[in-house]
Order: sequence, then structure tokens, then C-alpha cells
Amino acid sequence: MDVIEANNLVKRFGELEAVRGVSFSVKEGEIFGFLGPNGAGKTTVINILCTLLLPTAGAAKVNGYDVIKECNKVRQSIGLIFQEPTLDDYLTAEQNLLFHGYAYGITRKALEPRLRTLLEMVELWDRRKAKIRTYSGGMKRRLEIARGLLHCPRVLFLDEPTLGLDPQTRRRIWDYIRDLRKRENLTIFMTTHYMEEAENCDRVAIIDHGQIAVMDTLEALKDSVGGDVVSVRTEDNGEAVRVLKEQYKLNPGIGDGIIRFTVPRGEEFLPGFVSGFPLRLLSVGLARPTLEDVFLEVTGRSIREQQADPLDAMKQMVRRRGRHG
Amino acid sequence: MMANFPRSVWVIAYRELLRFVQDRPRVISSFGMPLVFLVIFGAGFGRLVGQMMPGVDYLQFMYPGIVAMPILMTSVMSGVSIVWDREFGFLKEVLVSPLSRSGVLAGKAVGAGIIAVIQGCIMLAVAPFLDVPVGPGTVLALIPLVLILSFSLSALGLLIGARMRSQQGFQLLMQLVIFPMLFLSGIFFPVSQVARWLEVLSKLNPVTYGVDAIRQAFLGSEVAGVTVFGHTMGIVDSAIVVAVVGAVFLTAATWAFNKRE
Repeated sequence: MDVIEANNLVKRFGELEAVRGVSFSVKEGEIFGFLGPNGAGKTTVINILCTLLLPTAGAAKVNGYDVIKECNKVRQSIGLIFQEPTLDDYLTAEQNLLFHGYAYGITRKALEPRLRTLLEMVELWDRRKAKIRTYSGGMKRRLEIARGLLHCPRVLFLDEPTLGLDPQTRRRIWDYIRDLRKRENLTIFMTTHYMEEAENCDRVAIIDHGQIAVMDTLEALKDSVGGDVVSVRTEDNGEAVRVLKEQYKLNPGIGDGIIRFTVPRGEEFLPGFVSGFPLRLLSVGLARPTLEDVFLEVTGRSIREQQADPLDAMKQMVRRRGRHG
Repeated sequence: MMANFPRSVWVIAYRELLRFVQDRPRVISSFGMPLVFLVIFGAGFGRLVGQMMPGVDYLQFMYPGIVAMPILMTSVMSGVSIVWDREFGFLKEVLVSPLSRSGVLAGKAVGAGIIAVIQGCIMLAVAPFLDVPVGPGTVLALIPLVLILSFSLSALGLLIGARMRSQQGFQLLMQLVIFPMLFLSGIFFPVSQVARWLEVLSKLNPVTYGVDAIRQAFLGSEVAGVTVFGHTMGIVDSAIVVAVVGAVFLTAATWAFNKRE
């Protein structure tokens, strides 16, 4: 059964077309991810699906309910974890969870055992009486995960679930999420711009400029790159790209100062390539394709290059500081 | 959607109360300023003004307004606090929950009302020092008046906050809304004995009617000081004016808040 169905979603903000005809569906129990740079339209899609925004055109259903006409039924059946913290800093962890439970119409009696299980799972049971102000960024995030699950939603939306967290906390949060999926048959829709994080998904859609560029299982996406990835650094990358195109008939991409291209049997290709290449090579590498390579292949740029926009970088910094503080 | 309305009201009111109780500086500061006004204005003008009307000296005249003062400030702020909720993200948690939008706003107003009644009761402790009589009748009349005034003012705060995106407008709000409303409300001087333009402005201010009704609850209907088109406003008349204005504010706020982009 499809838990999420999006049909040709379009969202315009004045002149800006943030989402330009996005269609996809997510099956029950699946972890589905939107991978793309900041400003690609990921959050806008989540906001449409969770009824915070109205689409300019198109339609979507979550748990069989129309996000435009049946927004209250949608809201009751989904859990959300946003990019920025949405806790009340002046209340304790327990009070935040109780508020959430009451808001979803759960009685205190039904709430208590569930609250305990979840707080123990995210290892915050001992700190339940502490004000959120005293929490670290990682603790807030864990608490939000517990809160998002409190009302037993069938779909969990995670918008950049580990943005601005250290690698250790990030790994722990993913342990919870995988554990949960097994226990509660949860469907998970997430957005991220971290390649490593997208590796946790069953299926990934790469989204760029408000459109889905490709969508498939992780394995299929990696296979689609075709063979092994060779990465080289040269003294003149521009000239090297020209040579690779014209003499080697390859289709190189360039990102972070490194040229990447794929060849069928890398280990057999390399020796001849290194000795025969007309320009001086600074470094040569060979690897199995990663999502990064898929991204490069599909969009022609590396994901990091697309985030160079200083305004975006600043926004992210502010957000991160908010979470730590 | 309507089935969620009562639940939305109480859940939001519950959070407002929790926050108020836990925010001790806010509790203290909400009483500090009115008491400072009472002491300084009372000492400064008391001798100068003498009797305001037979049997009522300046302190006694000002006291009912001083009771209304923390209500004015706390209630407008509690409405505007929706801007904070937006800024710090908590509003998002509310907006994606199944709580009804109009219930959320009404809950804020109800929460403010309950807090205002508590504040009003605490301010009563000052009455004996000023020889203002407080009987059970006074308290009974006071509670609905305080509730209505607070409801109206938090509705105004919500209307201001519903579309405000940041805290930047906040200083402006203090200067252009709260202070004028405070000084043009007949707390410090009778609105009928001032310059014509001041009188007109005061009569356009809904707080004036709230203060006048509260003053009558303490000192009797002889002190009624607001006449509109030749009609002297009694307690009930004033209460109705405040309630109607509040209902208009809340409806407008709900409309502004309900729009989904």
C-alpha cells in the first residue's frame, strides 16, 4: 500500500518556483529519502505533505487522506521532526511531551507508559524533569524524536534529522530510527543533504532545482553510474576535462577541484591511463561509485558546491547555533 | 474540526499557565511597575490633587486602575507571545498538531484571563492600606470584569502577533500600543476633565471602559466617569463595550492566523 502519494506538486512563492512538478509514492514500512542541496525544495515538499503549506498545483495523499481537504486527519496520523527545534524551552521535557500527548487527544493514563518507553529509548528518562533550556542540541533532537512518536503516527517525517549534530550523536539517532522502524512498522520520509545519511534509505530521490532528477533504490542508483569511479587531480583541470572528452571519449564531471569519470573496469584502465595521459597528474584514485558520484553524474556538480551561497551558509550557522544553545 | 475546539482551548491555556507559574521574573515584574506608579504618583500628586470626589482621595481614585495595569500588560503580551512561539519554533509544533486554529487563539486568551484573575486577587492585598473597602460583592463583580478585560486585550495582542514575523516590531509595539493605552485609560486622571482631544482619544481606548467598570466595582456607581453621547456608562455598559471590542479583535486575529499560504 502507498502511504504517501504525491502527484505533480507545484509550489510558487511569488516569482520563485520552489517545487516544479514533483511526483512520487512511498510504500508502507519504507525509508524514503529526498537528497539534494539546500534550496532544492525538500523542505517545501515536507511542509506541503504535513499541511503547513498549500500546493500551488497538484495533489498529495498521506495515509489515504488528502493534504488539502482532510488536513486534520493527516495531522493526527503523522509525526514530524523539523530542522529547527520546536520545543518549549521554558518547560521541562516531560511537560513538553504531556502537552504533545494532550494536543493529540491522548489521556494521561494512556500517555504515561508510552512516554516512559520513548524517553528510555532516547536515554532521557533521567532528565525528564529538567528544563529544555539546559539541554544540548543532541538531547533536544532526541527528545523531539520521542515526541514525534508519542501519538503512534504511521508516518514519520524527518527534515534534515541530524543537521548540525556531531557524528556520534548522528549515529545514535539513526540507531533509534532503524530500531523503531522494525518495532512499529513505521514509514519514514526524510530529507537530507548528507550523502552518508542518505545511505540509510531504501529508496532515494535526488532533487535539484525543485524537480526530481532520479529516483530509485540505493543499489540501482549506484549501478546506474556504470562501472568504477576514477578521480584525478591535475595541474590544469580545465584542459584535462577537454582532453578526457576529446581523446578518451569520456564524460567527466568536476567538483571540489577533482575530476571524476566512470570506466567499466577501473583496475585494468588505470595503468595505461596514468602512463599515457598528456598532462601532469597530481593524484589518481579509484573507487566503487557512491551516492556522491550518482549526484555528480545526474546534476553535473558536487552537492557541496551548490551550498556555496553565503546567505544559505549563514542561515545554517544560525540554525545550528540555535540548536546548541 | 469543531470537536477539537474545547480540547485546543484547554491544552493551550494549560501551557500558558505552566509558563506563567515557572517564569518567576515575569510574575514579579508584572506587579513591580504598577506598585511603583502607585507609590510615586500617589506621593507626588496625592497632596496636590486632594479629594477627587467626595470621600475619594487620589490614591483611592488611582488604585482600581493600578489593579487593571498588570492585566493590561500581561494580557497584551500573552497575545503577542505568539510571535515568540513562532520565532522559537514552538508554534510549528502547534500548527502541525490536530488542534484547531481558532481554539489555539481562544486558549491563549483564556489562559491570559485566568492569569489576570490571579493577578487581580494579589493586587487586592494592597487595598486595606489605602482604605479602599473590599467586600465579597467587590470580588464577585471584579472577577468577570477582569476576565473580560483580559480576554479583550489578549485578543488585541493576538491580532498584532498573528501576522508579525519577528520581534523587531516589539519596541514599537510597547511605545505605540501599550503606553498610550495605559496613559489614556483614565487610570491616572478622570477622562472627562481633560482637554477635548485627550478625552476623545481616551474614549476610543477600550481599556478606559474596563478601568472605569473596575473603579465602580470598588468605589460604587457614583464614581462612574465615562459619558458617551450623554449617557453615563454603568458597569454592565462598560463590560459590554469591552467584550464586543474583544470579540472583534479575536475574530480578526483568527482570520489572519487561519490563512494557509
